[in-house]
Amino acid sequence: MFIKQVSVFLENAKGTLKELTRVLGENEINLLALSIADTAGFGIIRCIVKSGDVDKSIEVLKENGYIAKANEVLCVGMPHKPMGLANILALIEESDISIEYSYSFCRSTLDDAVIIIRPSDKEKCAKILSDAGVHIISQQEVDKF
Amino acid sequence: MENKIYDPKMECISRDELFEIQSKRLAETVRRVYDNVPLYRKRMDEKGVRPEDIKTRDDLRLLPFTEKTDLRDCFPFGLLAAPKKEIVRIQGSSGTTGKPIVSGYTANDIEVWTEMVARALTAAGAGPDDIIQVAYGYGLFTGGLGAHQGAQRVGAMVIPMSSGNTQRQLMMMKELGSTMLCCTPSYATYLGETAREMGIVDDLKLKSGCFGAEPWSEEMRRNLEGLLNIDAMDIYGLTEIAGPGVSFECCAKNGCHVNEDHVIPEIIDPVTGEPMPYGVPGELVFTTITKEGQPMLRYRTHDICVLYDDPCPCGRTHVRMGRITGRTDDMLVIRGVNVFPSQIESVLVGINGVAPHYVIIAERENYTDSLEVQVELTENMFSDTVAHIETLRRQIADQIKSVVGIQCKITLVAPRSIPRSEGKAKRLIDNRKI
Repeated sequence: MFIKQVSVFLENAKGTLKELTRVLGENEINLLALSIADTAGFGIIRCIVKSGDVDKSIEVLKENGYIAKANEVLCVGMPHKPMGLANILALIEESDISIEYSYSFCRSTLDDAVIIIRPSDKEKCAKILSDAGVHIISQQEVDKF
Repeated sequence: MENKIYDPKMECISRDELFEIQSKRLAETVRRVYDNVPLYRKRMDEKGVRPEDIKTRDDLRLLPFTEKTDLRDCFPFGLLAAPKKEIVRIQGSSGTTGKPIVSGYTANDIEVWTEMVARALTAAGAGPDDIIQVAYGYGLFTGGLGAHQGAQRVGAMVIPMSSGNTQRQLMMMKELGSTMLCCTPSYATYLGETAREMGIVDDLKLKSGCFGAEPWSEEMRRNLEGLLNIDAMDIYGLTEIAGPGVSFECCAKNGCHVNEDHVIPEIIDPVTGEPMPYGVPGELVFTTITKEGQPMLRYRTHDICVLYDDPCPCGRTHVRMGRITGRTDDMLVIRGVNVFPSQIESVLVGINGVAPHYVIIAERENYTDSLEVQVELTENMFSDTVAHIETLRRQIADQIKSVVGIQCKITLVAPRSIPRSEGKAKRLIDNRKI
């Protein structure tokens, strides 16, 4: 029901993102989705890679001195048109679940738009969305993107 | 500026008479601590020194040294030489590792301290016609109450503002017509700059100020005097000895006269501990000779300076200390607060998950000091949400504030980004140009 995400700590300094993507790229790891949370002092890079690349990503990042962790997030498909996201967020809000962060896939093999959500309660969030008929995208589906 | 002396008889006493007074008071102090303080008795016994061996001030060199760690180890009342019921006040400052150090004062100790500050304020021009604004912090820190007592003693009107709240400070300074200011030189500079920006300097009645609790320079003095159109005078002190007023500047503005009838200063070689002659830089050491509550024998300040005994044009005969030019340890003075890297380290290791890799960076911008602590992030500390990491950062800042007493900027940095040095890690980068 959930998909794996890799989070990495970056200092907020010139060239750090380039260096991170180079490390992943040279190890043949492709980024399917990417988000950057930036604060004045540091950044958190969150990305989706194919499930088979998650452990490898963390390993190579650690070897290169990064702090990286995997966790699970919710991946949701929705009609690629106005109100697509708004309708889903309305369902989440009604259930009193808050969203820590969210970002989207730029490209997928689906006609739907695909976004990633990190809800405060991911089990509950997945249930209310799937009960409402929302397309919860599985890791297997993501691996085919 | 005018040459005013609070107690000409004692402050201008002949060196010979002073030697007699110091010798008598030193012998009394040594007897008192030997009889009442186990630590001093043990140290003197170890050195084979008996109280009766201390006959004149020249015998000072026979006595053992006292360190800040002794105050910590004997916290809170282990160094008292008077019954606890005779102690009427506790003042304190931060220690070296989180545990504060405190000093107990008898009524007479408060009296002596008050007089020392009264001498300092008088030298800066204070009298019954003055309105003295005290913008040092009040509390355990000796700055606020010390200046307050001295200002009352000279008969001035005291405005006990305490530190901070700059707009209100300036409003009171203007409306009440403060003629003197007591605070740290960096805060005085900030007040002066703000007053300039507000265009109210010409409305102020300030004529002088006594500034201390942190090291400063002649350049800062010139700047401060120009900003506020005042005479800016240095005042030096430390809680362990009394508080502000241990020494102070006179109208000659050429070093701080040590109140030698209460405190004997020495300069020693910081490595060998050997006493050094006047005129040579070394570590400043103080022995209190009138203190009853918590006397100090040869207390090592770790401040580096020079003592001068050449005659001063003001007429005072007490020796003068030059500006503090450095430290023999890694203590920093940040906005009047003593900070040791070991205090910050004790906080960091106490927070779950924080590796002991950190570096402390002191900066001085616009005459105000700031402290940044860079801490390497560890896997335990990391999470995918910003809120989690920000909470941790605030937690570190809050705990450092509660232990050290000042707000630090906490920067979380990538693992292994702080240079590792061989042997003793370089934990401190002081970029201040004082």
